[in-house]
Amino acid sequence: MKILVCITHVPDTTSKIAFTDDNTKFDKNGVQFIIGPYDDYALARAVELKEAHGGSVTVLNVGTAETEPTIRKALAIGADDAIRVDAEPLDSYSVARNIAHYAKEGAYDLILMGRESIDFNSGLVHGMVGELLNLPSFSPVMQLDIEGDTAKMSREIEGGKEFLEVKLPFVAGCQEPIAEWKIPNMRGIMTARTKPLNVVPATEETVQVSAEKFELPPEKGEVKLVDPENPAELVNLLNNEAKVL
Amino acid sequence: MHIKEEHNLIRQSVRDFAEQVIHPKAQELDEKAQFSEDITRQMGEMGLMGMVIPKKYGGQEMDYLSYIIAVEELARIDSSQAATIAAHNSLGIGPIYYFGNEIQKEKYLPQLCTGEKLWAFGLTEPNAGSDSRGSKTTANLESGKWVINGSKIFITNGSSKMSAGASVQTISGRKEDGRKEYSCIIVEKGTKGFTSRTMKGKMLWRASDTSELFFDNCTVPEENLLGQRGNGSKIMLSTLDRGRLSIGAMGLGLAQGAYELALKYAKERHQFGQAIGKFQAIAFKISDMATKIEAARRLLYHACWLVDTGQPFSKEAAMAKLYCSEVAREVADEAVQVHGGYGLMKDYDIERFYRDQRILQIGEGTSEIQRLVISRHLGI
Ligand SMILES: Cc1cc2nc3c(=O)[nH]c(=O)nc-3n(C[C@H](O)[C@H](O)[C@H](O)COP(=O)(O)OP(=O)(O)OC[C@H]3O[C@@H](n4cnc5c(N)ncnc54)[C@H](O)[C@@H]3O)c2cc1C
Repeated sequence: MKILVCITHVPDTTSKIAFTDDNTKFDKNGVQFIIGPYDDYALARAVELKEAHGGSVTVLNVGTAETEPTIRKALAIGADDAIRVDAEPLDSYSVARNIAHYAKEGAYDLILMGRESIDFNSGLVHGMVGELLNLPSFSPVMQLDIEGDTAKMSREIEGGKEFLEVKLPFVAGCQEPIAEWKIPNMRGIMTARTKPLNVVPATEETVQVSAEKFELPPEKGEVKLVDPENPAELVNLLNNEAKVL
Repeated sequence: MHIKEEHNLIRQSVRDFAEQVIHPKAQELDEKAQFSEDITRQMGEMGLMGMVIPKKYGGQEMDYLSYIIAVEELARIDSSQAATIAAHNSLGIGPIYYFGNEIQKEKYLPQLCTGEKLWAFGLTEPNAGSDSRGSKTTANLESGKWVINGSKIFITNGSSKMSAGASVQTISGRKEDGRKEYSCIIVEKGTKGFTSRTMKGKMLWRASDTSELFFDNCTVPEENLLGQRGNGSKIMLSTLDRGRLSIGAMGLGLAQGAYELALKYAKERHQFGQAIGKFQAIAFKISDMATKIEAARRLLYHACWLVDTGQPFSKEAAMAKLYCSEVAREVADEAVQVHGGYGLMKDYDIERFYRDQRILQIGEGTSEIQRLVISRHLGI
């Protein structure tokens, strides 16, 4: 089974977020980048499926050279090889077009990614890749097992869970608890050194979306503690100050 | 500094492991003074044993800096686990790899590199610490066998269920000029006449296994000699030279952890209507911590670079061990001060850090002995 895992290169969840160029660009200064946490689940499950059923795991990232340490980490976790599509990932559609092009070329049985990135959080790419390849796509997939040419999945839906059986190939946007994140061990780090990381040109560079301005959410207000013995005060505050009642 | 992309990945991975696997158990294991086989095995699976040993013996074939970064990251969270790894690699695996013959390496290294088993280095005796030549344990060659008598004390990784044996420093006879001849001998656990006992009542490294070893007519085959006969002192000195770097890493990592705890607390704790970090007296303490840590890191990594590029490093290793261990003491002490009364309570990690730092100025050569080593290099 050939599995493709698409990973994003995103700021660590604890990063301090700031903008430059008149609030039109994200300030990368001093920011630690990581594999997108949802992509990391997808990768962990892909490695488990490979261990159980054989085959290979390829990771793909649409990004500039600065994403290579993140890709190398994915190789250390257990992917066999990697593709970096050399382009700035500026909007979901161009990213999806680039992924679709190379995914088609590689004829994968399964295309996994996170249910969304954690920088722009659009959650669009898996659906678009599915559409472009004329494959079914599912998200958010929380459980994934393979039997022969069929996948058994469960997916979170409004108010419940959906259980599905789907024939390969297809596209899935993953989230926990599909697998547990894997920490690369020393052997993984050493073997990642020599695993192929192929840089390929972007096939799609037209960008349809541009950011006019970024804005931080308003700072959290002060927390008011209300004495549990005094519910009237709580009602008063909710009514007159927060105006939510 | 000579940090490569790969070193950052090693640091990040060991950090994640230490935070996720070790940290949740660190306080409890310390409290109960309990060695954890489970964590030790997981450290083996992480590949933290035999890091610098060639692949053909089951090691990871990494450079020395990688190993030092790994120890540093463990010590940033828990010194006891860092001690298990540092002692096993530098004192257990090291002498067998650098001085053992091919048969010994093939026999012992693979199981020590996976972390199935641990190995110890028995040098210190009740009456021979800094003055290791004052040791009394003897090994007599009698009809093709070494008969060992004596005892060792304070031996890391010597008595847990996972320990497979020790390399033991002995007096194996007299040289032609009448001086004592020292040799290192491999003694496997289970050999008749060899027993070990866990030492209780430590104030620090409480989750690391420290033991006494006893040899009572303990008999091992002649081929258990490690290196050349009469080379015991050389093996010991060379082992300690490298080992010092891992104690330096423990000092650096502990200082880093203590500093981060102090920094976080200084931002959270409010007195007189503001975060205590806003008081210059506290802010300056934390600035000093960060500065000392930066200097310590550069000294230590420079010594590793000397090792990795095959240059003499003995003086720099002694300097790095001395400085990193003293920085650990200063930073842990000030970090407790930043925590005020809470810093004295077991619920706060800094309390454990404050205790754990204390051995770093004593083990593998006290600060005084490091100064002695350095002064000799300076020709005094
Ligand atoms: C938890 C723990 C783990 C250990 N693990 C190991 C291990 O795995 N293997 C092993 O072999 N040993 C181990 N040791 C022993 C350790 O290396 C010794 O404790 C150390 O070398 C100091 O020896 P000592 O305790 O006998 O002190 P002493 O040598 O008695 O020193 C007492 C004091 O005298 C000073 N002093 C001594 N000589 C001089 C001098 N010439 N000039 C100036 N001052 C001097 C010392 O600096 C010190 O301040 C361990 C110790 C501990 C506590």
